Amino acid sequence: MSRSLTACALAGLLMACGGDAENDANASSMLQGTVQIDGSSTVFPITEAVAEEFGGMHPRVRVTVGVSGTGGGMKKFAQGETAISGASRPIKQKEVDACAASGVEFIELPVAYDGLAVVVNKDNDFATTMTVDELNAMWHAGSTATRWSDIRPDWPDREFRLYAPGQDSGTFDYFTETVNGKSGNCRPDATFSEDDNVLVTGIAGDKDGIGFFGYAYYHENADKLNVVAVDGGKGPVKPDMTTIETGTYAPLSRPLFIYVSKEAAGRPEVDAFVNYYLGDGRMLAEEVGYVPMPEAAAEKTRQRYSNRVLGTTQG
Amino acid sequence: MTASDRFRADSGRRHRRERTFRRLALSATWFGVVMLGILIVGILKDGVGQLSLDFLDNFPSRKPEQAGFKAAIWGSVWAVSFTGVFSVPLGIGAAIYLEEYAHKGRLVRILELLIANLAGVPSILYGMLGLIAFVRMFGLETTTILGIEVPFGRSVLAGSATLTLLILPVIIIASREALRAVPDSLRQAAYGIGATRWQCVRHHVLPAAIPGMLTGVVLALSRALGETAPLIMIGALTYVAFVPETPYDLFTAMPIQIFNWASRPQLEFHHLAATGCIVLLVVLLGMNGLAVWLRNRAESRKA
Repeated sequence: MSRSLTACALAGLLMACGGDAENDANASSMLQGTVQIDGSSTVFPITEAVAEEFGGMHPRVRVTVGVSGTGGGMKKFAQGETAISGASRPIKQKEVDACAASGVEFIELPVAYDGLAVVVNKDNDFATTMTVDELNAMWHAGSTATRWSDIRPDWPDREFRLYAPGQDSGTFDYFTETVNGKSGNCRPDATFSEDDNVLVTGIAGDKDGIGFFGYAYYHENADKLNVVAVDGGKGPVKPDMTTIETGTYAPLSRPLFIYVSKEAAGRPEVDAFVNYYLGDGRMLAEEVGYVPMPEAAAEKTRQRYSNRVLGTTQG
Repeated sequence: MTASDRFRADSGRRHRRERTFRRLALSATWFGVVMLGILIVGILKDGVGQLSLDFLDNFPSRKPEQAGFKAAIWGSVWAVSFTGVFSVPLGIGAAIYLEEYAHKGRLVRILELLIANLAGVPSILYGMLGLIAFVRMFGLETTTILGIEVPFGRSVLAGSATLTLLILPVIIIASREALRAVPDSLRQAAYGIGATRWQCVRHHVLPAAIPGMLTGVVLALSRALGETAPLIMIGALTYVAFVPETPYDLFTAMPIQIFNWASRPQLEFHHLAATGCIVLLVVLLGMNGLAVWLRNRAESRKA
């Protein structure tokens, strides 16, 4: 009887070994190797799109992309486990230190823009615009505001409820830093979720809900949510492709980055991947809901990469 | 009033209670079935439209209509196959030792307690253990021991080793139950004609216990197939556009791909997640079917 068990295990193995090698047959490029990428779930769709197109040209290069979040990805990057890390905020000083400690030198490359959309329920017809100060009064840690009327006296005397991305996300870091002055500064009584669709559903079903997430999630759900025009001091602006790219949607439009390890960039497959990302691949960002870098800025980024300019220019 | 009068007087109420309890028990049974039905109808409605050969044979894509499940399916097959290869001998071996060899002393009681507790440990903790012990091997430099590359990195091997730890307690417990169900007379007869313990186990106890063990093993492997948390923890990836060719290759798995699709903004990807669920369910049901078939075959052979 134990024979049939062994047979069963073997069958499983054999089945597993029947992978395919057909891709190699029509290889137009001889480039091979592995490009390991991890990091922000916000940057993931862009990297995935680039990897998909790149894979068509270089079928023997294995590109893998994980989604550990900006912070989680940076930890792996700093240990030299990945070649490239996606980030929806600039690298933090303590991450720079971690890289330095293990001898990882990095090149910082902005690859696209994303807007953070502040959204409310479809039935909310009063909160059409908000200033950054009002957002701050609503969101900062220790805020005692609980009602819409606490934020603006002519708004209804009803409690609002807050929805926010999880604290491991670069989106959360960016919003809190921009609106509340310090990354991570946020009142704790919001509903947090790592899954932005949960936030969409939450706000769409809560008449007094308000929250924020990446523009792509608003764009896909524009029929279910109202977006708030944010006033950063120059009048209220709604996020769209144009206002995010030109930066008029300030301060809630942000660059998205990839960080490339200098050592890994010396490998031809990684170098080819990054060049494609910054070159022909950069327009793919638009397809997945982000705003590509304008040509002038993209050219600067390419220069930065080809000259292997190390370190961060942010913060 | 005599006792039998009281009995008769009470009869209607007792029967009402009987009926009420019967209905409660029945609805408890149906609760799970109905929920499963709702789930299946839900994912079929969302997912069956995208089910096609292309879906099974394409790699992930930014375009929902071109996105496929191939890397995830094969990643899962590889990971679960190796999990089976590791966990079956270990689990059944441990069960045989504990049931057939060990003296029922304090040590065995402590082992039993530990194994029972391990079966209840949240899977994410196994993920952390796997990350430290297999992926990074406590910071070991890359080297080769006995022809095996270590540390495993984020490979199929690391995933399988982690899943093995996760399901090992379940396999041990199920296998012990199966061994315990084998009548002692069988063992005594074997010993009576001078068989060693191993001969007794090999020729008599194990064949009788195999059907029960198989059920436990397949259920445990089904659990491994559906696990996401420990694989995410050890860093199994989300975008993988190749099928693993060696145990050292990076991989993704079905639940990870489903989770990724479900968390994207576009509705089309949510539907793909449902399609992925259908495939995962079919594979799970297939494995359970296999368990039933193997058990029936083993039982008919025994008879």
